[in-house]
Amino acid sequence: MKKNLKYNLTWLVLMVVGFVLINVLEFGGIIDALGEQTLVTIGINIILATGLNLIIGFSGQFSLGHAGFMAIGAYVCALITTSIATPMGMVIGMIAGAAVSALVALIVGIPTLRLDGDYLAIATMGVAEIIRIILNNLKITNGPAGLYNIPLLATWPVVYIMVCLTTLLIVNLIHSRDGRAIMSVRENEIASESMGVNTTKWKVIAFVVGAATAAIGGALHANYIQTIAPTDFGIMNSINILIIVVLGGIGSITGTFVAAAVLGVLDLVLQNFGTLRMVIYSLALILLMVFKPSGLLGTRELSIRKIFNKFGHSKQKGDA
Amino acid sequence: MSLLDVKEVTKTFGGLTAVSDVTMHLEENELVALIGPNGAGKTTLFNLLTGVITPTEGVIALQTDNGLQTLNKVKPYKVAQAGLARTFQNIRLFKELTVLDNVLIAMTAKNKEGFLESIFRLPSFYRKEEALKQQAVDLLKIFGMEDQLDVLASNLPYGAQRRLEIVRALATKPKILFLDEPAAGMNPEETADLTRLIRQIQNDFHITVLLIEHDMSLVMDIAQRIYVLEYGKLIAEGTPAEIQQNKRVIQAYLGGDD
Repeated sequence: MKKNLKYNLTWLVLMVVGFVLINVLEFGGIIDALGEQTLVTIGINIILATGLNLIIGFSGQFSLGHAGFMAIGAYVCALITTSIATPMGMVIGMIAGAAVSALVALIVGIPTLRLDGDYLAIATMGVAEIIRIILNNLKITNGPAGLYNIPLLATWPVVYIMVCLTTLLIVNLIHSRDGRAIMSVRENEIASESMGVNTTKWKVIAFVVGAATAAIGGALHANYIQTIAPTDFGIMNSINILIIVVLGGIGSITGTFVAAAVLGVLDLVLQNFGTLRMVIYSLALILLMVFKPSGLLGTRELSIRKIFNKFGHSKQKGDA
Repeated sequence: MSLLDVKEVTKTFGGLTAVSDVTMHLEENELVALIGPNGAGKTTLFNLLTGVITPTEGVIALQTDNGLQTLNKVKPYKVAQAGLARTFQNIRLFKELTVLDNVLIAMTAKNKEGFLESIFRLPSFYRKEEALKQQAVDLLKIFGMEDQLDVLASNLPYGAQRRLEIVRALATKPKILFLDEPAAGMNPEETADLTRLIRQIQNDFHITVLLIEHDMSLVMDIAQRIYVLEYGKLIAEGTPAEIQQNKRVIQAYLGGDD
């Protein structure tokens, strides 16, 4: 029990230190406006990608519809915050967005998650397209023109807190009985089923939690960029999130963090290269996939527990 | 009343009858073997009993604490929760997970997950998790695997993988354990170990074991009763001594004219 408290406190301290450090750097002028924009983008991408990693990396279901659920969160939150332009409105907006997205994922997931591999990918892609086309045609979403003048509520601290919160919940989910049930589905569905695990239920749960996370990412995106349109949530956006997951290592949450940060910084650095930017970006991706196909971290995780254990061991060795 | 009653079960795949009109029963704490030439339908019968496929005709009924429960058309996970656990002919471990996790997953069924408890890490989560881990370690200890807790299942040697599959099945606290060719690919020494292991399971866990096996010395050594399957039909039932004398069985295995 005490041990657990130690790990949890360490995480809390790390989060606070990270937050203070970035704020100090910002006050000191080391992180400029462009830097902050990069940080926010990285943060939102982390939220989106951890949700997708739960679906792809841990439950082993290949989804290409992440942008669709992101869109639901973005629109629901944008509509709510335009009428309630307060931080409270933002909170309500995020919760409502996540709830609607989870509901849609539940309705869509029960029939489609019977499918496997490529078929599931195509089905989820279809779902995302349907969501986009509905947004394109509804009056309340202002059709193809989209929503604008959304209040700027997703400031850097809000994004930071949400990154910590969503990651914490997802990591907690993974490292529990539920998480093990989810991973057993990825490892061997038949064996998992004959050990008494209701595989359909856990696939749907992973999918729904992933979709809710995507909605939170979308909500933050909407209230940071301040304008959204259906074209922002096309198939290419789903693929961009997928790239982060694959690059970081399918099944590694810390890998997702690293990949989101690397791609964010790469994007920032390449600003100066003009038209060559996309070429270099793609080239970097190809090289990485050639030389490290399992992603930056593979399925490994950096964990406080392991680091502690290592220190504990070396101490014991030192004593002896 | 038997623990498991199988009545006139038939399974057809299109025009092919894989299992035809099989009637059998398993008693409590019994060690029964199912033998038969290749392609006789043994694994199909296993799949029928564990709910992986549903019978075309017939009834499978399990005696539970709340009376008789039919297992036809019940999802495999429900069958497992009712108390039927199995291993697979081609090993199906959770390869990229540790030995401990493999066993813990099998325990999920009998220990209801608490979704909110897990994601918010309530104190009860740690308590239950700790208790569960202790149970898993204790179980692994019985089979001498306690020093391999953190080894990935795929990194275990072949014999240990087979053993882990059995431990994992036992972790679901079954009433009946189905072993699908547990000795396949094992050398004589490993087979001898396995024989001891199966006996130990029957005695210490007080469960029924149904075993498919081609290794006749193993079967004759440990089985109390034997069912013989050929072309999807049961052709004989009896003690090892009876089966060895049975003309029909000898014919099925060695051929010969009527």
